[in-house]
Amino acid sequence: MKIIVCVKQVPDSAAAMSVEDGKISWGDAPLVINPWDEYAVEAALRLTEAQGGDVIALSLGDENAKEAIKHALAMGCSEAILVNDPAMAGADTQAVARVLAAAIQKIGGADIVVFGKQAIDSDVGATPSMVARLLGWPAVTLVSEIVECTQSEIKASRAMEEGRQQVAAELPVVLSIVKDYGEPRYPSFMGIRKAARASVPEWTVADTGIDLPSAVVTWPNVMAPPEREVTNEIIEGSNPEEIAAKLADKIMEEKVL
Amino acid sequence: MDFELNQEQRMWQNTVHDFCDQHIRPYAAEFDEKAEPMKMTFRKMGALGLLALNIPEEFGGAGMDAVSAAIAIDELGYADGGTALSIAAHNGLGCAPISMFGSQMQKEEWLPGLSSGESGLGALALTEPGAGSDLVRGLSTRAELDGDSWVINGSKAWITNASLAPVIITLCRTDPEAGTAGFSLILVPSGTPGLHIHPSEKKMGVRSSPTHALTFENVRVPAANVLGEAGQGLYQTLQILDGGRISIGALSLGIARAALDEAIRYAKERELFGKQLADLQATRFKLADCQVEIDAAQLLVYRAAWLKEEGKPFTREAAIAKLYATEMAERVCREAIQILGSYGYSREYPVERMYRDARLMTIGEGTSEVQRMVIAKRVISG
Repeated sequence: MKIIVCVKQVPDSAAAMSVEDGKISWGDAPLVINPWDEYAVEAALRLTEAQGGDVIALSLGDENAKEAIKHALAMGCSEAILVNDPAMAGADTQAVARVLAAAIQKIGGADIVVFGKQAIDSDVGATPSMVARLLGWPAVTLVSEIVECTQSEIKASRAMEEGRQQVAAELPVVLSIVKDYGEPRYPSFMGIRKAARASVPEWTVADTGIDLPSAVVTWPNVMAPPEREVTNEIIEGSNPEEIAAKLADKIMEEKVL
Repeated sequence: MDFELNQEQRMWQNTVHDFCDQHIRPYAAEFDEKAEPMKMTFRKMGALGLLALNIPEEFGGAGMDAVSAAIAIDELGYADGGTALSIAAHNGLGCAPISMFGSQMQKEEWLPGLSSGESGLGALALTEPGAGSDLVRGLSTRAELDGDSWVINGSKAWITNASLAPVIITLCRTDPEAGTAGFSLILVPSGTPGLHIHPSEKKMGVRSSPTHALTFENVRVPAANVLGEAGQGLYQTLQILDGGRISIGALSLGIARAALDEAIRYAKERELFGKQLADLQATRFKLADCQVEIDAAQLLVYRAAWLKEEGKPFTREAAIAKLYATEMAERVCREAIQILGSYGYSREYPVERMYRDARLMTIGEGTSEVQRMVIAKRVISG
């Protein structure tokens, strides 16, 4: 079985975000692999551990994306490809999806493409479905459990707000994985050594065999959300009952309930 | 010269840091209080390679360089001094002797289980109630050959991980007439009749690391259980301890870094005299001094590890690193408590635990006094 897992490099979730001259900045905070993508890598690795086969990590990004790729390799992916093209800086989701779909087709022979649920920087979460549409494959998103996987079919459980949904799809298929799937593994020292020594081929958009896709979404202005005014009030009383009663009154008064 | 970690070492540092941050640091206070080892983390550590720092790849090890091994112990020390001590002892004292001196059969028998954490943690029994720094004159545990077996009698004290170990490597006097050539390291499986592992010692610090006294009462093990050649035990021990010193230096570095981070965090939050504590010169100078000491210790520890990796002599440098890093950790923890004031003295805040943990480091695996003897001997003879 051949599985491609798409990974993205994002600012650390602990980074302080700000807007400078209409551009988002995270200062000198470190870039890390998108945390959702770690679940995707875990799912891909578990599938090949059960079925045999290889996991290829694919990323679209600049030089910085190599850290995400190395992390995926250290976790156990057997090879990796970086699509690095300065023309893609600031591209929108559909342009990204077009390039990823072209790269997946160029790699060829994939049975499953796995994504994290979304990337924590833009939080759009549309890339998996868009890639599936472009490839003409079914998309099974928000997967929390893979119930069964054969060489031709996959049965998965989807975690949705309304509950769980069991779906089946024929391969090849695109999956997106949620946190409920299970904790991603830590890279082992051996994995890290392999990753540090691995060479990662770099492709331009032209190498994937398509013309540079143009963006359909632009961001004329980016601004930080207005700061919320928060006031704290400590409710006092001689016993817990009195404090609870005062708190309940306060909640009613503020029309929170 | 190059003072930077390579990419592999940086990735390893981040991975171990993240692992410890999630699986060890949040539980450090609880397991210190209970005085119990974090058994639930051992197998998880095995999967990362943390239990195979000194084991060759063919026996399930990571074949790790000495700097990466020091980085791992440093990060463990940052999370919990006790757990770090058990893991340092497991690697440096429990596994390294088998890796370095064991026969193919001994390696195959013990290393896979130790490196995965499935059989427990490794232990080395050197110290005795009457012999610590002076093993040559003081050691009285006796092993005598009786047919195809060694028969061991005696007692050991302060043995880290003894209750967790599938096998205890025991330094015995095998030929009382032969002086320094009269010692042997013997593998004693922990279930062997006559081996009594006493209850865990009640210690001031590193309480999540179990420490035990042992009694050997006609303990019979096969003659083949000797590690390497009989008579080599003392020389083997001295080699093992050189590596262990780097490890305790790295561990101390981790404790000191953690204490300084706590102090910095508190100093930025606490207000007095209308200012932040971190704005007062008295605090700022303390923080600066602590950072200088940590950096100095780090360079010494990395230097010793690098020399070891290069296959160059490192006895003097390991002793210097251990001496300075361990005494530094105690000073930094003291200053951290001073910055936190009464809160620093309280169990509600972690610096109190770090201070107690750091205190051991100037005693275990060669006291500061022994390190000074080792250094002085080499300084004077040139």
